[in-house]
Amino acid sequence: MPESLLFYVLSGLAVGASALVIGQRNPMYSVLLLIVSFAALAGLYITLDAPFVAVAQMIIYAGAIMVLFLFVVMLLNAPQEDAAEWDRTHPLRRPGFARIGIVLAVLLVAELGWALAKVVSLGSPVGGRGDGAAISSVREMGRVLFTQYSFAFEATSVLILVAMVGAVVLARREGDV
Amino acid sequence: MIPLSHYLVVSAILFAIGSAGVFLRKNLITILLSVEIMLNAVNLSFVAFGRFNGTVDGQIITFFVMTVAAAEAAVGLALVIALFRGRESLNPDAFTSLKW
Amino acid sequence: MDLRLFVQFVIIFLAFFMLVNASAVLVLAERKVMGFMQQRYGPYLVGPHGMLQPLADILKLLMKEELRPKGADKWLFTLAPVLAVTAAFAAFATVPFGGETTLFGLLDRPVKLGAADVNVGVLVIFAITSMGVYGIVLAGWSSNSKYALFGGLRASAQMISYELSYATALAAIILLAGSMSVREMVDSQTGYWLGGWIPKWYIFVQPIGFIIYFIAGVAETNRAPFDFPEAEQELVAGFNTEYSSVRFALFPQAEYVNMVTVSAVATDLFLGGWHGLAPFWTPADYYIELWNIGWLIFFMKIGGILFFYIWMRWTVPRYRYDQLMKFGWKYLLPASVINLLVTAAAVLYFNA
Repeated sequence: MPESLLFYVLSGLAVGASALVIGQRNPMYSVLLLIVSFAALAGLYITLDAPFVAVAQMIIYAGAIMVLFLFVVMLLNAPQEDAAEWDRTHPLRRPGFARIGIVLAVLLVAELGWALAKVVSLGSPVGGRGDGAAISSVREMGRVLFTQYSFAFEATSVLILVAMVGAVVLARREGDV
Repeated sequence: MIPLSHYLVVSAILFAIGSAGVFLRKNLITILLSVEIMLNAVNLSFVAFGRFNGTVDGQIITFFVMTVAAAEAAVGLALVIALFRGRESLNPDAFTSLKW
Repeated sequence: MDLRLFVQFVIIFLAFFMLVNASAVLVLAERKVMGFMQQRYGPYLVGPHGMLQPLADILKLLMKEELRPKGADKWLFTLAPVLAVTAAFAAFATVPFGGETTLFGLLDRPVKLGAADVNVGVLVIFAITSMGVYGIVLAGWSSNSKYALFGGLRASAQMISYELSYATALAAIILLAGSMSVREMVDSQTGYWLGGWIPKWYIFVQPIGFIIYFIAGVAETNRAPFDFPEAEQELVAGFNTEYSSVRFALFPQAEYVNMVTVSAVATDLFLGGWHGLAPFWTPADYYIELWNIGWLIFFMKIGGILFFYIWMRWTVPRYRYDQLMKFGWKYLLPASVINLLVTAAAVLYFNA
């Protein structure tokens, strides 16, 4: 009982905060609400016996990527969307296409949910197979990461280097070093 | 005990919210934030499946997704800064000069 | 209610209460120590030897007028100090401050002295500390004032730069201890070397790691010599220029609690936590283990490190901002990475 309550509270928070993110006019509020959503997702990872991923999510996403977003929003003094245009172009007021789009999105979610529920094996509780304590051990994760996925690991490090150089070059002004 | 389908439904809803944000919003930064929401939805799926199968692979793939998301956010924001310097606007409709 | 659960609640409450009091005591300690170092008395009028001075300070702050600049963002202006202080207090949750106790045989199973014990404890501390950046960034931005904005941006850039060296120094200790739980790290520092003369603290194995961790910790908490973002002479008051009364009082409180957390983690990881009184064997060590008063020793060690913090603030001049960033990226980060590599090589060599 407390487990399912925790799940519903955390997932409700994550979904609610994400829905509010795309509905805010001020991008600063969007970033902060997304941090709340990330924290809720970290809680969901902990219920899935993945404490290391949960903490890594907080450190990487909420602690670094969102700070980057915040810096850019402050640096550009990101203008809020124009108020009149916001009222005019709000999805629920746009005729035709946007309404159909929203209906289709809801249909997609409903169909996905129905299809997933039909598959019988997905109804079994998560955490049935496998030992929770063995999975959440960082030692095991490190072992698999550096043996089975070592190529992906090295490729990721090159990727981050490329991204770093690219970001510095792209955001450079003419005349800067 | 929470069935796996619950986690997948949450992941699907988050993904739908993210994609709705990409389609409907007219602010470059909010579009990038919606992409991050989508990536997080996928992370949740991976971890749920990994736990369901009793292996640690789901968590490892999640790490790679997070790393790629960080790199992509950095480059995307650098692009946004460069674009803003050109047009002083964050509305994607201001960058349509190549449209025919 | 289960007695054990009740005792755990009491311990959590005591930890919180201790942190709140620590920030008040540190206000007084800083001014007294500063005074004595400058060959004058610190505050001495309020109460015996000025001991009620923090009370007077807090009463004064509470009675000031609560201002909010006209252009300041309504929600974010109040949220920023709340975030800063929440992150500061929450980071102390996974720091253990004592061994196990049975309350003189009252409980059948011993209860651990610490708010929580998770097996990725060190990373949780690091994650919540990196949430503290948001308090400062939002404070700077939502004040709608250019001094505050500059102070906030500089402070947050400094904090995220030094977070890397902080984490890499922690990673070296994780390698040595073989676990990420802080309690296990402390418990692996029992015992003595050289035939029982020097305790097995990690500061003897990793002296450079300790120095790197301490410097990064000082920079993380925005204390001198790294307190350019809140320097009075340069930036009015940095990111808390527009704050007054309670909202202002929360910022120094967050700073002092962060100091206590950094000192606590340094004590746990490098100075043996609650084992061992001094960096050499003393006869008291046996009685500490016997009577289970390790938590007192822990607090004494934290006090020593905090004294060092205050001493450093009033002795060393302040770094300029570009010198600060250059030091963090060009000197401290390579040093900590080399430290990690050497530690990894040594662990591999001596264990394989």
